[in-house]
Amino acid sequence: MKTKPAAPGQKYLLRLYVTGSTRKSLRAIANIKKICEEHLKGRYHLEVIDLYQQPSLAKGEQIIAVPTLVKKLPPPLRRIIGDMSSTERVLVGLDLKKRELSD
Amino acid sequence: MAAVRKRGNGHCLPKTLPKCPTGIQGLDEITGGGLPRGRPTLVYGNAGCGKTLLAMEFLVRGAREFDEPGVFMAFEETAEELTKNVASLGIDLNALTARKKISLDYVHIERSEIEETGEYDIEGLFIRLGQAIDSIHAQRVVLDTIESLFAGLPNPLILRAELRRLFRWLKDKGVTAIITGERGDGSLTRQGLEEYMSDCVIVLDHHVTGQASTRRLRVVKYRGSTHGTNDYPFLIDETGISVLPVTSLSLQHKVSSERISTGIPRLDTMLDGKGYYRGSSVLVSGTAGTGKTSVAACLVDAACRRGERSLYCSFEESPNQITRNMRSIGIDLEPWVRKGLLQLHAMRPTLCGLEMHLATLHKAVNTFKPAVVVLDPINTFIIGDNAMEVRFMLMRLIDFLKGNGITAFFTSLTGAGAALEHTEVAISSLIDTWLLVRDLEVGGERNRGLYALKSRGMAHSNQIREFLFTNHGVELRDAYVGPSGVLTGSARLAQEAQEKAAEVARREGVEHRQLELACKRRAMEAHVASLRAQFEAEESQACKLVGEEQARGERLAQNRNEMARSRKADVVKTAPNTRRKKNKIKRRPQ
Repeated sequence: MKTKPAAPGQKYLLRLYVTGSTRKSLRAIANIKKICEEHLKGRYHLEVIDLYQQPSLAKGEQIIAVPTLVKKLPPPLRRIIGDMSSTERVLVGLDLKKRELSD
Repeated sequence: MAAVRKRGNGHCLPKTLPKCPTGIQGLDEITGGGLPRGRPTLVYGNAGCGKTLLAMEFLVRGAREFDEPGVFMAFEETAEELTKNVASLGIDLNALTARKKISLDYVHIERSEIEETGEYDIEGLFIRLGQAIDSIHAQRVVLDTIESLFAGLPNPLILRAELRRLFRWLKDKGVTAIITGERGDGSLTRQGLEEYMSDCVIVLDHHVTGQASTRRLRVVKYRGSTHGTNDYPFLIDETGISVLPVTSLSLQHKVSSERISTGIPRLDTMLDGKGYYRGSSVLVSGTAGTGKTSVAACLVDAACRRGERSLYCSFEESPNQITRNMRSIGIDLEPWVRKGLLQLHAMRPTLCGLEMHLATLHKAVNTFKPAVVVLDPINTFIIGDNAMEVRFMLMRLIDFLKGNGITAFFTSLTGAGAALEHTEVAISSLIDTWLLVRDLEVGGERNRGLYALKSRGMAHSNQIREFLFTNHGVELRDAYVGPSGVLTGSARLAQEAQEKAAEVARREGVEHRQLELACKRRAMEAHVASLRAQFEAEESQACKLVGEEQARGERLAQNRNEMARSRKADVVKTAPNTRRKKNKIKRRPQ
């Protein structure tokens, strides 16, 4: 599957769903913030949502795995799950990098 | 059945597992009261064998009958699809969700949208489920089919660990859960879910033999409880699932000593004068065209006349055909059908599997509650080499009917050339009364003969009787035994005529003798009369003579006395003597 890297200048709307302040959650928040600052500086909006605080969103947003980063904009919608420790994959998920053929 | 229930309910043991009744007909009997309460149960099977329906019925019945709200978490069908699918079974999910009895949650996972970037958990699912459970205070949960997660989410290792945690969590929540799974190769389920859930495992199966399919259910494992271990057929119809715990564990039917008429008066006579026992199993076997169906129709007719309900299951003829044919021998079944006393079920044996037939019959019997059930004929079930299975099925059926005190009537066609006393289904040992109808080939004719091969518990006739179809029913005729066996048909008629002629001749002879005797009597009486007349004439003559003689004597004595008086002599006393003599004569009988 090939996806075109997003054109520079496009606004990114990202939502990160976490559950409380678990180790995984904190790691995911730290990782995604770092990646965004490095690759999308100034053109992203990141919202961190604690599902424990807003449990009804789990159903509405079809969240199963936690943490999940939902890329609302630009399309296509994409869900990036995990603690975002693999920067490479996060970038692929955000369409900032071409998916490698071996993947 | 009863035994299972008794053991399973666990009234005798105080510390048995608490159970959660499913409300599904039969399933609670097999599991001895339901699924383990507060624990997850795994239901697995191939695609299309009814897992989702079973799970849904568990929830719906829980909500409706036991006031236990439930959460249905679907991974494969959307809430709308599910609602539509079960609407055909008369389940209105919208109404139940509106009343907060059921919560539907469709979990959508699109693999192409997902990118895995490291460690994750499925806490999101926990939150959703937890919220759904809390919102309606659910006590029942269904996850259908959670294995879809494996297709949607990467990293099965994490997923496995998470599922283990999920099931633990469900237990802690105290909800009774059904988890459905696809059947896998090697392991029970595709992803080995059984590793995590070992309390209760139920397998559903869709089995095809001889082009006929049967759904079956088996409780593979039920920790902490006894359960039926067999393959139980189950049925999905407009009222949902019904499982049939058809093999009763014991032979403890209550028997009735009440007798019911066979509908053929002289057949009743053959069976000890009273007919079949109520609740017994009757088999009529015979070659083609010997009148098995008619004997069955007679029984049904008699039952309906008594106001009892009958169920007639035909596997070869359509209901219309049966009523038409029976009308030709003077049995009109139609009024009974109209009155609702008779149900004619016609189905092809190949329509579905044996178990399915059994299930259908069970259902029909349970809803209609007949006193008599006819299966006509049973040997059509034999397709290929499934005789053993047919036997088992009939055994279950007979057990079931006997347990309910229903008289079962089977007909069996004996193939040409086969031994007469050989039933293809080999169920003779299960049968209480076995009537055999056969062709008697005598004098260039085939006639029908009937005899009671066996009839348990009664002194039945040992005679072969010819039976005839008349326009007012089936009739058994007198048996004539000739030099070459029983006389039937024309030979019997000839014999009857001969006997009638002999009878007439004999009667005429007797009449002649009587006439002769009367003549003789008249002659004798005339003779007696003439003799008497002669005697009387002689007697009167004699009397006259005696009278004259007496008169003369008296006159003589008088003359003598007068003479003596004139001579002044003694009077002679002779007169009293002569008077006494005269009296004696007069006193003689006439």
